[in-house]
Amino acid sequence: MRHTRKGLVVAALGAAIVLAACSTDGSVDPSANPDTGTEQPAETQASGEWFDQAVYDEQFEQRSATFEGDPETPWLQYIDGEMTDTAEWATDEPMRACFANASISNPWRQTGFITMQQQAEALTESGVLASMEVRDAGDDDNTQIADIDYFISQGDCDAFIISPNSTAALTPAVERACETGRPVIVFDRGVDTDCATSFIHPIGGYAWGIDTAEFLIDNLDEGSNIVALRILPGVDVLEHRWAAAEKLLTEAGMNVEDHFTGADPTEIKSIITDALSAGDVDGIWMDAGDGAVAAIEAFEDAGAELPVITGEDEMSFLRAWQERDITALGPVYSNFQWRTPLLALEMIANGEPVPTEWVLPQVPVTEDDRDALIEANEGMPDGHYARFGGEDLPGFPDAWQNR
Amino acid sequence: MTAVAVQPSLGRRFVAGLGTPSGAVFLLLVALLVAVVVANPNFADPNQLVRFLARTAPIAIAAIGQFFVIVSGEFDLSMGAVIATQVVIAGNVIGQDEAMILPGIALMLLVGVVVGVVNGLLTTVAKVPSFIVTLGMMLALYGFVRFLTGGAATGNPVDSFREIGRGLLLDTIPYPVIMLIVVGAAAWALMRAPYGQTLLAVGDNPVTARLSGTRTVVVKTSAFVLSALAATVAGILLVGYAGVHPSIGQGYEFQAITAVVLGGAVLGGGRGWVLSAAAGAISLELLFTLLNIAGIDATWRPTVQGAIIIAAVALGGVAWRAARKPSAPAAAARAEDPDPAPPSKTTTPPITTTTGEQ
Amino acid sequence: MSAVVGARPVRRRRLSTTAIVYLVLVAVVALSAVLVTAAGKSFFTAGNLAAILTLMSILGFVAIGQTLVILAGSLDLSVPYVVSTASIVGAGIMAQGTAGILPGVVAALAVSALIGLANGLIVTRLRVHGFIATLGVGLIISGWLGTSFQGSFGSAPPEFRTIGATLIAGVPLSTIIMLACAGLAALMLHRTRLGHHLYAVGGSAQVARLSGVRTQVPVVVAHVLCSTLAGLAGLLLLARTSVGSPTIGSQGGYDLMSIAAVVLGGTLLSGGVGSVLGTIGGVAIFAVLDNVMSVLEVNPFLKDFIRGAVIVVAVALYAWRSIQRRPPRFRKEAGA
Repeated sequence: MRHTRKGLVVAALGAAIVLAACSTDGSVDPSANPDTGTEQPAETQASGEWFDQAVYDEQFEQRSATFEGDPETPWLQYIDGEMTDTAEWATDEPMRACFANASISNPWRQTGFITMQQQAEALTESGVLASMEVRDAGDDDNTQIADIDYFISQGDCDAFIISPNSTAALTPAVERACETGRPVIVFDRGVDTDCATSFIHPIGGYAWGIDTAEFLIDNLDEGSNIVALRILPGVDVLEHRWAAAEKLLTEAGMNVEDHFTGADPTEIKSIITDALSAGDVDGIWMDAGDGAVAAIEAFEDAGAELPVITGEDEMSFLRAWQERDITALGPVYSNFQWRTPLLALEMIANGEPVPTEWVLPQVPVTEDDRDALIEANEGMPDGHYARFGGEDLPGFPDAWQNR
Repeated sequence: MTAVAVQPSLGRRFVAGLGTPSGAVFLLLVALLVAVVVANPNFADPNQLVRFLARTAPIAIAAIGQFFVIVSGEFDLSMGAVIATQVVIAGNVIGQDEAMILPGIALMLLVGVVVGVVNGLLTTVAKVPSFIVTLGMMLALYGFVRFLTGGAATGNPVDSFREIGRGLLLDTIPYPVIMLIVVGAAAWALMRAPYGQTLLAVGDNPVTARLSGTRTVVVKTSAFVLSALAATVAGILLVGYAGVHPSIGQGYEFQAITAVVLGGAVLGGGRGWVLSAAAGAISLELLFTLLNIAGIDATWRPTVQGAIIIAAVALGGVAWRAARKPSAPAAAARAEDPDPAPPSKTTTPPITTTTGEQ
Repeated sequence: MSAVVGARPVRRRRLSTTAIVYLVLVAVVALSAVLVTAAGKSFFTAGNLAAILTLMSILGFVAIGQTLVILAGSLDLSVPYVVSTASIVGAGIMAQGTAGILPGVVAALAVSALIGLANGLIVTRLRVHGFIATLGVGLIISGWLGTSFQGSFGSAPPEFRTIGATLIAGVPLSTIIMLACAGLAALMLHRTRLGHHLYAVGGSAQVARLSGVRTQVPVVVAHVLCSTLAGLAGLLLLARTSVGSPTIGSQGGYDLMSIAAVVLGGTLLSGGVGSVLGTIGGVAIFAVLDNVMSVLEVNPFLKDFIRGAVIVVAVALYAWRSIQRRPPRFRKEAGA
């Protein structure tokens, strides 16, 4: 018994030593990692406060801004602004690109990743790229940090492309990538640092929210009942969509209720069915369109009049919209942005300056261009996105059709 | 001969049955239904009610399937992945071709049987804990199906197939409700049959069951097959109800386990009533509906679900233990007075055995 | 005393299983090295080894705790939410700066320990099966996290972040802390009465009770330690990501993966047999497997398939081995 009790004491002492070790190590030697000290811990964003008037105003303007470049290749268009000088990276050698992807866990990312792979193939043919090494983090911040650190430590990346899994958590890792002195391109979700060579993204969530809310307000009377179907809380690109839409819809005197659905069509259908049993529903607002068909079907099954609805440029929604001829809008979170990072690398290899913040156009699908888009994407699966922008790539259309 | 003895006691047995956890869930279901109707009178409309029942049918059927596995003393974590697999098969194999509906359904049933047999044999013959077997099956199925399809099925299957999950018989009763009644009746009959008794025996005490000549391998494997088939039926209904989507079926395994537990079946096997599992599933959905009507954020749902399963199992444990004792009335009284009962009951053994301490 | 004596033969049997685990690990490493070399890359580089060790450290913390709980005959499905809670609590307090580090660490671990205490008491006092108790507690916490926190919360000062980014002789500091915790846990299991009781209770609560063990204490302690270790994992994630996140635990899938790692390490899911050393081996197997699949750019969906297959096949092998070996061992022991 005495023997075992001594063991306990040893264990407790050991624990204390380890804990002490952790806490002293950090405070004694902060210079071990000088870079992390440069950034202020200011972004303690309070929960639930997603609305930012300045960014809202900026995106409001950008919706009608003039984009530089050829409208035929919207993935190369950008709003005039600060450019990053890339002369130091100009090279004739094919580049080895390293891509840290958040995941391919939804149809939007799957579509985009196919486009990116096809673009990579095209650039390999033309001698710009030697290879594109891809690491998939499976929606896990920690894995993606490890992926980026692996790329850095292996030292054979001529350029980094990062599609962050989340904004704040990936910031330190992206900063470490920047310190290598190689070009770093961030796209889709952003990070809290401007060290990247280029941050590529469509106009943004507020623009989505403004476009959709304006459409509902134009097509519905004041006091109409609108159900908002949101995927999940806490993702900035999605929260911004709702923050803008909620503001405008409430200001216009609409009755809005919002629900989280996890993008699960079963859940969507149940929510609409419940809402219809409680009263009329005149409008549906969605922060992503891939469950829109389930929402429409819920109205049909309940025998209710079809609502005014905003979905996305996802094929299943566009097709359902065409078949039923409803009043609808297909807002877009431009899927063609998956091409742009590789094309930016091509510009960097040529020593051409690239936009520091590369804002891509984001044009909603309206009833006028719906039919043309459906025709252009004939044979594509339901989870395909109409504005994917890969029609001129060599693998079109097989690569997107046979997933 | 036995009929004489059974007849008079049937009514009394019913009342006594309501005192057990498996019976109490029906009281809970009625109470929740009343609460929902009070909160939203529209809900009392028979049309609304059958619609509600139709949409809970998939989870209720999944719960019935999970019941067979749990009562035999095992877990099935692969249910959600089986549902997802069947949804993809429906989308890609049946597609827009009506002629493929029957072959498609046949394939889905076959896949269900194979998954169940593999789960069962790995558990019984290879002696791998079912938790691990079905966890592995879950990962493997999700991964394999998504690998083959690049993430999701091409599109929804043909409308005539989706009618199974969407349509109404004679414009009044949704097919899923009929399916639920059929599956429920079949499950009830199965548990009344000798098979059901064997299953309970295997779950209650595997050693005795084996010694008395039960073929554990066959019995347990068949439970896994029933579970996978239930998931298959749920998948067919869901793809009809909601269409193809990668997220369909996700989390159904834990939802089904919750429902079974709420229905009073004891984890580790040997106890429970199969229709209570379905009642547990419907109660859970009613509760979520109630929260929704009350304007409580859906983000609180897991919290409610968590609190409920802990309470259900804690109370159920007390009630079952009490039911095992000879004096049933006293047990029922104790079950109604939950809070003080468990601690006083459970602390007794350690107090009597503290001699070895210090 | 009887529990201590009873634990001895158990440990001798366990050693051989652990040896198998490490043989499997060596085989996996060798195979990985071959595959990676064949793909024209190198496996044994400092960067790659650091990546594997980092991958190990977080799952390692959780798996050590999970080992204790499983040895005691319970299970913990609430770990991902404890991980997230610890990261949130830590980040919330540390947002004030360097002065917040110690209070942040203490508060995060205290909250974690409290959750573990709740788990343990629900299992022992309310006699709820560990699966349901921890599933329920996990759900309760996840509802709170999902409702109260949207997106990242708080932040960690740079001094704290160095823990996540420091290498000592090529080994990440986080891995060293994890291995130290493993050592302490092993010490506790093998050198203290509590540890022996834990094995005894997990093997058979009834026998343990009859031989005078207070059966509830080891279970509660195991749950408290498990949650505390999950809290450490959350703090480490905070050091790596610099912000608290309500979803960081569920992102990693630490509940099911830690249980899989424990079982892969040769511990019996039914309790009473197993070791922390084996668990570390199991965690390492997973880490190497994940690493090599990433280096070889295996399709992300196929990764899940392979993980699932490996778990089942490995555990089936252990089970098969113990069935094969049972008769001779009984004969030998009878002779001795």
